[in-house]
Amino acid sequence: MAEGRDACEAILNRIRTANTSARAAASAAEYPAIERNYQQRTTLDRETILKTFLDHLHEYDAHVFEANPDTLACAIAEVLKSHDQKSAIVADDFPEEDLPTGFTWQRESKSTKDQLNTTGGAIAGCEVAIAHTGTIILRGTRQLTLLPDRFLCVVYENQIVDTVPEAMARLEPYKAEPLTFVSGPSATADIEMTRIRGVHGPRFLDVIVVRD
Amino acid sequence: MRISLFITCYNDTLFPETGKSVVRLLERLGHEIEFPLEQTCCGQMHYNTGYQQEAMPLMQRFVEIFKDAEVVCIPSSSCVAMIRDHYPKMAEATGDPGLIKAVDRLLPRVYELSELLVNKLGIEDVNAYYPHRVTYHASCHSLRSLHLGELPLRLLRKVRGIDLVELNEIDQCCGFGGTFAIKNGDVSAAMLSEKLRCVENTRAEVCTAVDNSCLMHIFGGLHRQRTGIKTVHLAEILASTEDQPSEDEAQS
Amino acid sequence: MTIRVGEAAEAPSFQKAAFKLLDDAQLRKNVRHATDVISGKRAIVVKEQQDWQQLRATASAIKQHTLAHLDEYLLKFEAACTAAGGHVHWASDADEANRIIVDLVKQYGGKEVIKVKTMTSDEIGLNKAFEANGIHPHETDLADMIVQLGHDKPSHIVAPALHRNRQQVREIFMREMGLSELTDEPQDLTNAARQYLREKFLKVKIGFSGANYLLADTGGVCVVESEGNGRMCVTLPDILITLAGIEKIIPSFRDLEVFLQLLPRSATGERMNPYNSLWTGVHKGEGPQHFHVVLLDNGRTRILADPEARQTLHCIRCGACLNTCPVYRQTGGHAYGSIYSGPIGAIVTPQLFDMEHSQSLPYASSLCGACYEVCPVKINIPEVLIHLRGRIVREQQSGANIEAIGMKAMARVFSSGRRLEAAQRLGRLGQWPFVSEGWIKHLPGMLGNWTAVRDMRPLPKQSFRSWWREHEKEKKEGADG
Repeated sequence: MAEGRDACEAILNRIRTANTSARAAASAAEYPAIERNYQQRTTLDRETILKTFLDHLHEYDAHVFEANPDTLACAIAEVLKSHDQKSAIVADDFPEEDLPTGFTWQRESKSTKDQLNTTGGAIAGCEVAIAHTGTIILRGTRQLTLLPDRFLCVVYENQIVDTVPEAMARLEPYKAEPLTFVSGPSATADIEMTRIRGVHGPRFLDVIVVRD
Repeated sequence: MRISLFITCYNDTLFPETGKSVVRLLERLGHEIEFPLEQTCCGQMHYNTGYQQEAMPLMQRFVEIFKDAEVVCIPSSSCVAMIRDHYPKMAEATGDPGLIKAVDRLLPRVYELSELLVNKLGIEDVNAYYPHRVTYHASCHSLRSLHLGELPLRLLRKVRGIDLVELNEIDQCCGFGGTFAIKNGDVSAAMLSEKLRCVENTRAEVCTAVDNSCLMHIFGGLHRQRTGIKTVHLAEILASTEDQPSEDEAQS
Repeated sequence: MTIRVGEAAEAPSFQKAAFKLLDDAQLRKNVRHATDVISGKRAIVVKEQQDWQQLRATASAIKQHTLAHLDEYLLKFEAACTAAGGHVHWASDADEANRIIVDLVKQYGGKEVIKVKTMTSDEIGLNKAFEANGIHPHETDLADMIVQLGHDKPSHIVAPALHRNRQQVREIFMREMGLSELTDEPQDLTNAARQYLREKFLKVKIGFSGANYLLADTGGVCVVESEGNGRMCVTLPDILITLAGIEKIIPSFRDLEVFLQLLPRSATGERMNPYNSLWTGVHKGEGPQHFHVVLLDNGRTRILADPEARQTLHCIRCGACLNTCPVYRQTGGHAYGSIYSGPIGAIVTPQLFDMEHSQSLPYASSLCGACYEVCPVKINIPEVLIHLRGRIVREQQSGANIEAIGMKAMARVFSSGRRLEAAQRLGRLGQWPFVSEGWIKHLPGMLGNWTAVRDMRPLPKQSFRSWWREHEKEKKEGADG
């Protein structure tokens, strides 16, 4: 229920008066008529898109690995071993069969904030990724991909698009869900414009790209 | 071509050499120049300082005097910007359909000097001779309102004997800004000192531009600091030939 | 209604504040360095985006359209947000917004609030209202923390602490966090902030945020940030309160594809900032379970009523106009006496204030046009500055004002060619008291600001028009002879 109806009415009335006196409606295009001459679809081939995505991730200090569906579990094991990690908290919808043996796994929904805060790392997939900006877009799993110091994200090649508009079109069905756009690890440049990695979010971002 | 000259109020009063150079240059190129003596000011100073009502009659005067001109040449990009950016809106505000139409018809015939030479007359080499080390300052209006880009530099590169050196931070305002230099004198002076540093670093003898307003500002600082660097309007460099060198008397 | 913009009401004029700040060499060095770095990065990534001009054009059209239908979109947002489990509140001015927010925090029994960087909360003076009610607000953005812990004021829309260098930050952190050892390495300073805040993120029950975008179709909110403090504040607490100006609304989710390409490149010179968070009402089992949005007017509808100036409301607070502005680059943000500084501040503040306390701001510009050139939503800031100058002049017409008298006299001089010529003659006669050794080096009154650092040539002996007459005569004689 909305509160403060008086203020609401007052504001709406001021808007209507302002728009009438400024003849606003007459001077502005109607929504469907708004010209969108910017680039919507990619003109690049698959290989170039993939290369752009990987280049941008490298540039943002993410660690990037490649695998195929059969070697994914091995690749996850390699990444974890490379930083002496023996366990991780995993997104609920992450397929069991892709998790290598020999590690301790715990699901996100069974974990407390304190556990997320102290775990060695998090593992999750994504919904779509954008090559042009080096961005990974997550549905849900907001705490899991935020509190741990390391975040390992699995991105399938068919989830990678080139342009931002292509990504937004794919997200349309999920637009009312919690979404997080991640472009590299947490960073700041607030002190003398020196880029520092890892302020409050994960300090390390590992990405495994799974090729078809 | 019959070219009507709008010399602008401050060139008329403070920098007559620029006007003389425009006349010499265009006559040398075979054009017929006319200078309507009724002209005064485009209204820029009033308009930009907030005296828009006072600028109105000046706009109307300009349109009345030049409405039948074949081509209007103005050796000042900020005045051209005033005319192009604001006259249509000012005319609109009067609600006078005749005036609106007259402005609309006049605007395409109004040219800044380097626009006139390169874009309208299609000439880059004006047979000028100017054996000096010169740097070019791009005024804000020439850059961001008229989008002159390289036009003045293309003309300068064709000048014989010239030693053209690039100015660092060329897109930075010199800090003049009309009444800004008076109302915010301290900030304006700080901006100017950076511009002076860039000009001095070029070790040029002469700093040129398409606006005498910026040049007056830059020269005011250069002279106070006894740098010995002169400022000269582009027209004077282009008018200068071996037979008839630039008089340089305006600001030396 | 009490419209407030932070503490701008008590601020001195731009000229006075700038005069003092120009003497602070360290501050000017810090500001210059920061604006150079951001502008440089911006230029690279804007060049890379080949459809930049098309994106700008669409963004501007979306904003125009949205403002023309602002009432409909706000109601649409309210309905969608409410349906998704959120609560929407409306606030006409700063006091009303503060009251709503403080009451909510009290109602949930909170004593502390973790805050994401939001200019709008500074605009309404929220932290003061919190403190007056025994509520402790923790700023969590690194720069905001530096400002809050340093008992300072923000000097930039995007990087509010850019006037501070690493040594100054070190001093502030050691003093306020009670640390005995800390280097001035940005990495160490950042780590100190991480440790200091992590416990707060996990413990504090109420989060507070601004909004970069409100989505009318879904009722969603989008927050754009870099550090992850924003994600912490909008994800971990049980309760989330968001404050947003009514102009932050965009029609649909899809429109983000335009703004998310323009904002990061303009603001920080990144292709995309590290984190964008979107949420819609409350999500069961995910994030805060109580969500409130406060929609703020505080003078925005007044800006909307001015056809020439309403484009001010297009602003997406990227700060690109500050970084490129030659005036801002000399003085930094504090000279503007408002949390909104630089060119955009020079048009926002005086409009929110109805020109009362901030009449010097529209003159704090040389009208060089750099701000308009970089603006991602195409706000013609110079045009609005000139428009506001006109309003100031019209409001001041009554009193005896030397400038107005001078301007009117000049207008009369320009009313005919003969008058101009007479004035030129008079000027040549009248200038002699100021001419020494062929130069004008001292002028009286306001004009003394010119001769403080600049010389001036006296009027030449002959005006152009007088030369022209002779030239015409010579030509005619030449032709006749």
